[in-house]
Amino acid sequence: MSRPAVASPWRFRAVLIAVGAVAVMLSARAVDLQLVSKDRFQIKGDAAHLRIVDTPAHRGMITDRNGEPLAISTPVASIWVKPAEVLSAPDQLPALAKLLGTDAKRLTDKLESRVERDFVYLKRRVTPELANAAESLAIPGVNSQREYRRYYPAAEVTAHVLGFTNVDDAGQEGIELVFDEYLRGQAGKKRVLQDRRGRVIAEVEQLEDAVEGRDLALTIDKRIQYLAYRALKGAVQFHNAVSGSMVVLDTQTGEVLAMVNQPSYNPNARRGITPAVYRNRAVTDLFEPGSTVKPFIVAAALESGRYHPRSIVETAPGRFYVGRHAVSDVHDYGRIDVTTVLTKSSNVGIAKLALGLDRDVVWNSLARVGFGAVTGSNFPGEQGGYLKDFHQWVPFEHATFSYGYGMSSTSLQLARAYVALANDGLSIPVSLLPISQPPQSVRVMKAEVARKVRAMLETVVSDDGTAPRARISGYRVAGKTGTVKKLKNGVYTDDEYIALFAGIVPASKPRLAAVVVIDQPRRGDFYGGQIAAPVFSEVMSDALRLLDIPPDDLGGAQRRIGAPAHQAALGLASNRGAL
Amino acid sequence: MQANVQRWGERRRMRWFFFVRGLHLDVPLVVGLVALAIVGLVILYSASGQDTAVVGRQLIRLGIAFGVMFVIAQIPPHHLERWGPWIYAVGLGLLFAVLAVGEIGKGAQRWLDLGVVRFQPSEMMKIAVPMMVAWYLGDRQLPPRTKHLLIATTLVLVPAGLIIKQPDLGTAILIASSGIFVLLFSGVSYGLVASVVVLIAPLAWLFWQFGMHDYQRERVITFLNPENDPLGTGYHIIQSKIAIGSGGAYGKGWLNGTQAHLEFLPERSTDFIFAVFSEEFGLIGTVVLLALYLFIVFRGIYIATQAQTTYTRLLAGSLILVFFVYYFVNIGMVIGLLPVVGVPLPLISFGGTSMVTVMAGFGILMSIHTHRKLLPT
Repeated sequence: MSRPAVASPWRFRAVLIAVGAVAVMLSARAVDLQLVSKDRFQIKGDAAHLRIVDTPAHRGMITDRNGEPLAISTPVASIWVKPAEVLSAPDQLPALAKLLGTDAKRLTDKLESRVERDFVYLKRRVTPELANAAESLAIPGVNSQREYRRYYPAAEVTAHVLGFTNVDDAGQEGIELVFDEYLRGQAGKKRVLQDRRGRVIAEVEQLEDAVEGRDLALTIDKRIQYLAYRALKGAVQFHNAVSGSMVVLDTQTGEVLAMVNQPSYNPNARRGITPAVYRNRAVTDLFEPGSTVKPFIVAAALESGRYHPRSIVETAPGRFYVGRHAVSDVHDYGRIDVTTVLTKSSNVGIAKLALGLDRDVVWNSLARVGFGAVTGSNFPGEQGGYLKDFHQWVPFEHATFSYGYGMSSTSLQLARAYVALANDGLSIPVSLLPISQPPQSVRVMKAEVARKVRAMLETVVSDDGTAPRARISGYRVAGKTGTVKKLKNGVYTDDEYIALFAGIVPASKPRLAAVVVIDQPRRGDFYGGQIAAPVFSEVMSDALRLLDIPPDDLGGAQRRIGAPAHQAALGLASNRGAL
Repeated sequence: MQANVQRWGERRRMRWFFFVRGLHLDVPLVVGLVALAIVGLVILYSASGQDTAVVGRQLIRLGIAFGVMFVIAQIPPHHLERWGPWIYAVGLGLLFAVLAVGEIGKGAQRWLDLGVVRFQPSEMMKIAVPMMVAWYLGDRQLPPRTKHLLIATTLVLVPAGLIIKQPDLGTAILIASSGIFVLLFSGVSYGLVASVVVLIAPLAWLFWQFGMHDYQRERVITFLNPENDPLGTGYHIIQSKIAIGSGGAYGKGWLNGTQAHLEFLPERSTDFIFAVFSEEFGLIGTVVLLALYLFIVFRGIYIATQAQTTYTRLLAGSLILVFFVYYFVNIGMVIGLLPVVGVPLPLISFGGTSMVTVMAGFGILMSIHTHRKLLPT
């Protein structure tokens, strides 16, 4: 057997060389890719799957003065899907639907209608457990991401004070907005490995640790806040009023113990709520304070030395003219003393007092207790109110200013003015944050004057006064009503009122000041003494007991000892019940 | 004493030689193939996302493929020579059948569903065509005369054309080259080889114009400029180049290839498995794997040179070169030297049919080598 003549060794050698050459070519290409251009490809590869993502920082908790949580951040998860991928495994859908509390058909419809999208939230802000369960179904295209959800345990009760955060955990209103930076903390950064679908496969390294947000304690007392909210809401609903506000201040520190508004909203479910409802009316809405400013005019009159509480003022016939304009009372009170001017809330009486004083003195009696200037609460959108410059007054304005027209105020400002009365003439700033040192006070009236005015204001809640319904059993109450005609298009209406009550308890040793504003009651009465005063009484009687404030009106004997002399002398009988 | 030990060693070697010869296995080839299979299983474990079920299935296929190789190695070459035309005829018939069924079913049709198994006649032709051509030229005067050359060329081009119609460009190229290699080894003049090479350019143009499907043209365009369409057809090549390139000299380590595991790399356990390998084992791994393939090819060519009849010589040469083209086309595609044609990496890509065919080819090679008549020299 001889070798075939063809297919010579030379031909095989040629083939060997060709094969070898091709192998060298492949190797050269590999060298090119893996050595020469390696960096370029590594950068390209890293760009595709290494990402730097934020690690969310825990937003600080907001508590009330006793550490009760008012706003807390809870870890939640959001389940998102890539519809096209999920639909490719339809047999898994019923399990997922069941987990999400819906039925498979509805889920399929939802996915099909968004099939061309790459990112669709199935359910946002669910418990981490639910998200884990959804992920462990191992359905392609189902993912979850970690987030924090802000939760407000007291819901609408604290809504206006706290405000809320948006989806990105940034404060939008209220305390959440003012102290956003303080609460927010700082998101950390980490490098993660992502797959083609953007799912995080692994954490490569933590680049920056997240700085947790700090907790914030407010001066609010959740219990009083709740009492105030409930009483205010009841009154606004019962009288079919447009809106309402109530502010409760600690008279010794200026701390805000409660601040509520109607209408309110649930910050945990804000869908469909109009932004107007977000307004913290207690600091943003201005109204003419009406008769509630009369005590400060009286204080100025007493300070002038020309009046004392029993000085007689002629108010008959319940009407008098300043130029062509009339100042009038509801009834003809005749000859009454200065105390009774407050007791009955006589416009004629207070106007006569004011006209007897210089314009600047009248103006300053209100300006010095904080009207016309912001309170320093730092609340967003706070209004400072308006005091018309006395140089521009016409004579009639000199008179109307004394009963609270031609000026404007917020509920919080009004409450702060009463704190000066309660504090024996020391005005202090209001604060939403607990203060560690005694507040910086400014003396705005003599202590003796403030005490006298307070004593005169106790007559307001007597049976002869305008607000017997503000009484609180066991405690002496000093307060003043206001019933203000609403200004509409520059004209005072005859049928729309704001009902006001501002008060101080206990009158002998004040601890709390509160203002109740009920805007435009449309059912039944409209007087401040009938509509706002009962709210004051209801809230404060419970608040006093909650705060363990000792009663100062324990029956007749004690009253005689403790009551100011002039009151006993006036013989103003009160039917404050014994405890 | 010393001599005794030597003699004893000699006897043991002789016994081993006859034992292996009795099994009709070529030891260097078996070692090379088993090494490849092991590398394949290791990288498949990684590429499949550590799916032991996939690896298990591949292991079963490997077992079947090696079994086929072993069985065929037992068959003496002259039997194979006789069966060649019949196998070719049956294969051709099946190709027509597939085409007919494909007409009905619309779209790509490569399989015949035999109920139990789905059978790909084009795979069978990878063996049948070189057998047929080698049979045809085996008892003729070589180098073949023009008439024989034309008939042999027809024997190659008819099945290749049918397979292009399926359409399966990759397999068609493999089959055409298998036939052409037989012609090459049959001693056609270098002048003819040169003129064919020169003619390829206009033929390629004609093929481009009339012989290709749109998606095939797209693949070629993409190959020429993958960045043209990075999210569409260029995606495969770009991602696979990134995978290989980012592997660097030493690789990212077994199971650590990010491109593959993060699902950026498509078809990572089948056609593009080489990219996974290169990313994880780097340039060193790539070169070692290429060397392993080269070793097998060189051993195959050596077997062809040692073949004693024209038929076996032509067949062996053709089969081993087809194997070479096989991995060259796959790796060339994955590293961006060739357009994307659906050719798996032999013995490493996940998949069954092509593995059996390749191993059948090696069975024939072993049969040729181990059924030689040993002549005293």
